[in-house]
Amino acid sequence: MEGLEGIVAEHRLFQGLGPDFVALAAGCAKNVRFNADEYLFHAEEPADWIYLLRHGRVALELVTPGRGAVQFETLGEGEIVGLTWLLPPYRWGYDARAIELTRGIALDAKCLRDKCEVDHDLGYALLKRFLPVLVQRLQAMRLQMLDVYGPPR
Amino acid sequence: MDRLADFAPMVAPDAMLPRVVRVARRTRDLPDTWTLELVPADDMPLPVYLPGQFTMLYVLGVGEIPVSISGDAADPSRIVQTIRAVGKVSEACTHLSVGDTLGLRGPYGTAWPVAEGYARDVVVVAGGLGLAPLRPALYQLLASRPRFGKLVLLYGTRKPDDILFRRQLAGWRRQLDMEIEVTVDHAGADWRGHVGVVTKLIPRLGVDAATAMALVCGPEVMMRFAASALHDIGMAESSIHLSLERNMKCAIGLCGHCQFAGSFVCKDGAVMRYDKVRRLMGLKEI
Amino acid sequence: MPEFAQAVITPQGLAALISGLRDDGFRVIGPTLRDAAIVYDDIESLGDLPAGWTDEQEAGHYRVRRREDSALFGYNVGPHAWKRFLHPPLLRMWRAEPTADGMAVTSLAEPAERYAFLAVRSCELHAIAIQDRVFLGGTYVDPHYQARREGAFIIAVNCGQAGGTCFCVSMKAGPKAKEGYDLALTELLADEHEFLVEVGSERGAALLARVPHRDAESQHTDAAASAVANAENNMGRHMRSDDVRELLLANLEHPRWDDVAERCLTCGNCTMVCPTCFCTAVEDENALTGAAERKRRWDSCFTMDFSYIHGGSVRSSAKSRYRQWMTHKLANWVDQFGTSGCVGCGRCVTWCPVGIDITEEVRAIRGEGGGDGRA
Repeated sequence: MEGLEGIVAEHRLFQGLGPDFVALAAGCAKNVRFNADEYLFHAEEPADWIYLLRHGRVALELVTPGRGAVQFETLGEGEIVGLTWLLPPYRWGYDARAIELTRGIALDAKCLRDKCEVDHDLGYALLKRFLPVLVQRLQAMRLQMLDVYGPPR
Repeated sequence: MDRLADFAPMVAPDAMLPRVVRVARRTRDLPDTWTLELVPADDMPLPVYLPGQFTMLYVLGVGEIPVSISGDAADPSRIVQTIRAVGKVSEACTHLSVGDTLGLRGPYGTAWPVAEGYARDVVVVAGGLGLAPLRPALYQLLASRPRFGKLVLLYGTRKPDDILFRRQLAGWRRQLDMEIEVTVDHAGADWRGHVGVVTKLIPRLGVDAATAMALVCGPEVMMRFAASALHDIGMAESSIHLSLERNMKCAIGLCGHCQFAGSFVCKDGAVMRYDKVRRLMGLKEI
Repeated sequence: MPEFAQAVITPQGLAALISGLRDDGFRVIGPTLRDAAIVYDDIESLGDLPAGWTDEQEAGHYRVRRREDSALFGYNVGPHAWKRFLHPPLLRMWRAEPTADGMAVTSLAEPAERYAFLAVRSCELHAIAIQDRVFLGGTYVDPHYQARREGAFIIAVNCGQAGGTCFCVSMKAGPKAKEGYDLALTELLADEHEFLVEVGSERGAALLARVPHRDAESQHTDAAASAVANAENNMGRHMRSDDVRELLLANLEHPRWDDVAERCLTCGNCTMVCPTCFCTAVEDENALTGAAERKRRWDSCFTMDFSYIHGGSVRSSAKSRYRQWMTHKLANWVDQFGTSGCVGCGRCVTWCPVGIDITEEVRAIRGEGGGDGRA
């Protein structure tokens, strides 16, 4: 458990949240490991875990008929997979697949959500940390959507 | 008021008259992109050019367009140009065969300031076809590799099949002291690399941003975001260089088409310093 | 600048100047009345000049009117500028032909005519000097302009009155012709119909020497000065010009641009009549033989395709195109060529079908709203 606490305490997303939070989060965390092509989760599954990647690469994908799986983002060391844990209906909107051997820790999102319902200060502090990541991804996605490299229309 | 006598008295050569060159080799890079190697069709040596410059290529009966030079400036025997078929002239260029002739004018434009990177980390950010006009700079950087600090190439394109000069990039990554990160906007299941915008790779750069230099080329919106992201990690705006593009007819600063506020992209660019163009790039329809 | 003499000639003396130039092989171009406008065309004799005609100009308004006297140069400026001779509207550049082993390119540049321009006003002298900088002062010289410009003989004319849209005083481009001419005439219509002649070059002096003339006396120089003062003090428009570059570059998103965009038809008239506008486009014309000819023609930044790139135009809105023209003329030109691109001739105001007035637009952006630039 000490290892997990250390990891949570050092992660920049959780800076300044205090030792109680670290203990709580680490208390419902676990080490995870995925081999290449193993899925972390599939679309529509309950969004019950937050993955902090420590090593490797994970692709976020959507399956479309006729095109198969299309990767629209990859995440690597230090990044968070699974921002949808924050918001109802608490279900994943896409698949997440390890591209290569990937290690990380998974935090129990349900446990954190329940705690946030009771401790609103904590809830606000977590939202303040996760929203910027969400917004950054949204802005990056907009650029991708512009399809700037495509032939001129 | 100037006096007429203040100007050069000799009759000037006609810079709108093309010389004739011949296609010595053609390679298909992508389904719509070809690289042509051009050699003289007369007895004159080819003009010397600098990385970042372009020429005006004329196809008989079709028209003339600006095309970036994508080859090694140290090789005087040919001018290598990469063309994507997006209009009638570029399409015609891609249908030329070995032995066919073209009209050529130039080289024109400003150069990538490679020598300014001595003893500094150099970041090259390319988007899509933007890798082509940057390739001469990469050749120059690699030819004098020890003179520079870290060398990083970030390359973003639409999907894995659109990666330009793919084998060459793989070769560079294997052989040389150069970091190459490739990312795509989206990919199929077999892609094992990055997926995401090229700007996402910037915060992770392991360079000394405060003293580094960046050369950026790609679609204008991508260059804007990349330059902004480079500045956000601490790079000076005057150390970031972009390659702009505008409509060109003469390429010699006389037809007026390529104007970008007070600059003529054909002579004050295409390579321009970010601090000088940042404000204008943020305005609509300049 | 060497001190040249002044002299006085009669209309017959002027006729002799014209025939002298023609005898020397110059093609004399000057003002003539045609299609209800005073335009520049071939002048063979005095009879071709618009004697007794003047022009009445306002925003979007041009009419010729009869004068009460028979002044030969009693008008201001018409729709033509001298650029139509120095920088031709259409020019054949070269021909490319298929050959056995490829292609051959041949220049189609013809030997230029030797022009003599008669009745060039001060604003026009400045406009020619501005175009000299564009075409002769850069890394790449335009040989077509150079060939036409180098030998051109210039007889200037000093304005004795200002037009309704004139503002050369604001742009420090007139009304007195100061340099850049071979001879300068000021028409005097007192008891006698005479012209004060100021010599501006050796060859101007040489030409004058061949025609009947007499010494200028103080009555002539006084009358000439008075005529010019009349023009100077009655400018149709004003534009504060010392700060225009900074003003426009700091106001690229001023709401006035939206206002003018609602009026501007992007017809491009202003660019056609402006004596300094120089933009061109190239055209390829193919023959059935497989040969192709490349021509150069005037173009305008107001056209939709002017800034076309990658499937669209950078400047597609009327607002952006009007802004481009005006900021180029008054601001960017300074960065590009060291001077303003505007000489205050007023043609753009006169020939705009909706009467957009560049002096009024500048004033509006400066925030001095209300009213036009009328003096």
